[in-house]
Amino acid sequence: MTTAPTDMTGDGASQTYWERYRHQPHWRNNDDEYTAAKLGMWLFLTTELLLFSGMFVAYTIYRILHADEFARASHYYLDWRVGAVNTAVLLISSFTVAMAIRNAQLNQQFWLKINLFITIICGLFFLVAKLALEYWPKYQKGEVPGGFFSYPGSHGYVPSDYDPLFLGVYWVATAIHGSHVLIGVLLLGWCLWRAQKRHFGPRHFTSLENVGLFWHLVDLIWIFLFPLLYLVG
Amino acid sequence: MSSTHNATADAHAGGHDDHHDVSYLKPKGGMMVTIWDWMTTIDHKKIGVMYLFASLFAFFLGGVFALLVRLELFAPDVATLDAAGNPIIQGQIFNPDLYNRFFTLHGAIMVFLFIIPAIPAALGNFCLPLMLGAKDVAFPKLNLTSWYIYVVGAIFSVVAIALGGVDTGWTFYTPYSLDTPEEHWQVTFMTLGVFILGFSSIFTGMNFVVTVHKLRAPGLGWFDMPLFVWAIYATAIIQVLATPVLGVTVLLLALERIFKIGIFDPSLGGDPVLYQHFFWFYSHPAVYIMILPGMGIMSELIGVHSRKKVFGYRAVAFSSLGIAAISFIVWGHHMFTSQDALIGAIFSALTFLVAIPSAIKVINWIATLYKGSIRFNTPMLYGLAFLFTFSIGGLTGLFLGTLSTDMQLHDSYFVVAHFHYVMMGGAAIALFGGIHHWWPKMFGKMYNEPAAMLGCALVFIGFNVTFFTQFFLGTQGMPRRYSTYVQEFTTLHQISTIGSWILLAGFLVHLATFIHSLMAGKQAPPNPWGGLSLEWETASPPIEHNFHHEPVVHYGPYDFDDAVPPFCDPADYPLPDPLPPGEKSH
Ligand code: HEM
Ligand SMILES: [Cu+2]
Repeated sequence: MTTAPTDMTGDGASQTYWERYRHQPHWRNNDDEYTAAKLGMWLFLTTELLLFSGMFVAYTIYRILHADEFARASHYYLDWRVGAVNTAVLLISSFTVAMAIRNAQLNQQFWLKINLFITIICGLFFLVAKLALEYWPKYQKGEVPGGFFSYPGSHGYVPSDYDPLFLGVYWVATAIHGSHVLIGVLLLGWCLWRAQKRHFGPRHFTSLENVGLFWHLVDLIWIFLFPLLYLVG
Repeated sequence: MSSTHNATADAHAGGHDDHHDVSYLKPKGGMMVTIWDWMTTIDHKKIGVMYLFASLFAFFLGGVFALLVRLELFAPDVATLDAAGNPIIQGQIFNPDLYNRFFTLHGAIMVFLFIIPAIPAALGNFCLPLMLGAKDVAFPKLNLTSWYIYVVGAIFSVVAIALGGVDTGWTFYTPYSLDTPEEHWQVTFMTLGVFILGFSSIFTGMNFVVTVHKLRAPGLGWFDMPLFVWAIYATAIIQVLATPVLGVTVLLLALERIFKIGIFDPSLGGDPVLYQHFFWFYSHPAVYIMILPGMGIMSELIGVHSRKKVFGYRAVAFSSLGIAAISFIVWGHHMFTSQDALIGAIFSALTFLVAIPSAIKVINWIATLYKGSIRFNTPMLYGLAFLFTFSIGGLTGLFLGTLSTDMQLHDSYFVVAHFHYVMMGGAAIALFGGIHHWWPKMFGKMYNEPAAMLGCALVFIGFNVTFFTQFFLGTQGMPRRYSTYVQEFTTLHQISTIGSWILLAGFLVHLATFIHSLMAGKQAPPNPWGGLSLEWETASPPIEHNFHHEPVVHYGPYDFDDAVPPFCDPADYPLPDPLPPGEKSH
């Protein structure tokens, strides 16, 4: 879906922002600007994926080297139910953000805001669940990465030598991911604020769509992190 | 079609019409206003100029540390005992710890603050939109953002430097970088600085890829682009695809130091060689981030100043992309000594592949010179210097890529000489050639040709005296990163140090010519060299919006046989006699 041609030089006064939107002066028309912004966003998403690839490679190598310890640690420290709920929440949010973009294209201003709002709530839910149900209790029990690991074990569970390493990978991967969720929520909030001012509509929804793409990526990365970390072995 | 565009664009710019014909360098008002204007500018030309000055300043800073390193190596440290039995050390100017810091700072500054941003972010920023006939890069605000990210990253690094403590080498290898005592928080600071600088590089790369795809002038097809643009495009792809890996690597290193996450720490179950793999997965492609834009400049220098169509245009263009692709699969040649023989052999074979596109370029430049109307000026001299030094750098790379010889040469001065021949002898020499080539365009002033040629000659001589000796040192067993050596090496080391002073003299001459040109240089014509690419179709310095009208392209960037260059007298640039009908020229 692309935007309409630019040559509608109507008088801006009576129109909303998206109706009178004009490209920046170095572009030839709105369409070029829109496709360029999307190309730029895809490139950026590629860099994000590569940033996480470092974590995935580190995980894969240590998982292969210490398969049994990793499986045991995963079962013991991580509750797959929390992960599964968070996965479901993020999936829902991906759906709602896609709907929001569709709403903008169809000029359904009310539903646009509702869908963005639900997406933000889902993102916040994810973060709160992560902090309250995982990070905080783990921190208190000493189930923290590498050198600061101090969990003594219980109920016959004796931490292996590689538990600190597993937790190191877990904390770093989820924390980098979590910071992306946070940034995503902030960006969605910005979009909601702009939607409130009627910035998005059939002729202009570039930043909304790009934020949506970013949000899908954040979601996608979690889809990989969840089975790798929570469902090992 | 182009005129309609302009009509709408002008109407849109509205009140800005008065800016249209004004040089981009013209101050907007009083001093504060002008400074504010530069600090908030989204004009690619100004951002390019700011990058140029910043990276030249980094070059100066890195150069000072290099001179200090060479100074320490002027004489070996010799310990004798005095009458009371206490050791007296002679020949030592800095203690070894300080020496370690100096070469670390030299390497880190030269790589991350100078050579990586210098050509793409400075000359690329300035020239790319002009060469494409565009008004700006695709994302001007992102461009300014990337400049500020660079500044913040540079401040991080420079603060770490000023406070001392970083002595890990620019490679920050674990476990050494982890063992460096905790109170040396500067190491963490420096890695964060590198992380931040990476984003600046990524944003520049993204911007350029999109610009090349989306902002070419009407009629400018992919194969009508100047080869510099192809090179910048290939570089931008590497910047986008490799830099994030450096980002996560140094981020993990910083987290390792702060939170002891264990991924690279053997005492916590991690693996330091993993760090090396991550690091070189970025840093090998990064050496092509450094050299590819230099190769792009070379095509311009050789083509324009010998007034001949660059031989094998497509081969040169595609070899840029080829180099970019191969650069991602050779990183293992930095770990020949820590991997198994089969993997080593595979990486060795892949490494040889890089030599093919590199050689294609060199041979095509030489073929371009053949029967050209060569103009002996500074850009051409730098072009010729590059052919010589880069060839040595590339060929000695093959010695290092061969498993058996690398076992001997690895971590020796041979490696130091090799990478200086490619980075300094290749990238930096191309940069200085490019600066002279585009200087009249950037600042609207000519420079003093004889003085600049003298500077170039001094740089060339000084460079070879400094670094050619290091090949001998390396083959004889002088290891890199030591502050002292056995006395047999003294003569070679002294020649090398004296060479570094000749280099210094050369750059001081350049500095003087630049300052003289800015203060009292003669006004530059729009097209002093008779170039055909689009940046020569506008005023020198360019007007604020680059072109009066969106240019429409009628001839290729090197069609010197078919076109009289814009703004040039046809008498100065006569076209060759038409061939008798039926004969083909190429
Ligand atoms: C024909 C092309 C090239 C080949 C075959 C090649 C090969 C190699 C090899 C095998 C090494 C590892 C040596 C060792 O540590 O034992 C090396 C090191 C190095 N190369 Fe190249 N190289 C080439 C071009 C370049 C270029 C264009 C640059 C930079 C612009 C460059 C910069 C470096 C640097 C900085 C190092 C040293 C890294 C360190 O600090 O250990 N090389 N090269
Ligand atoms: Cu390499």
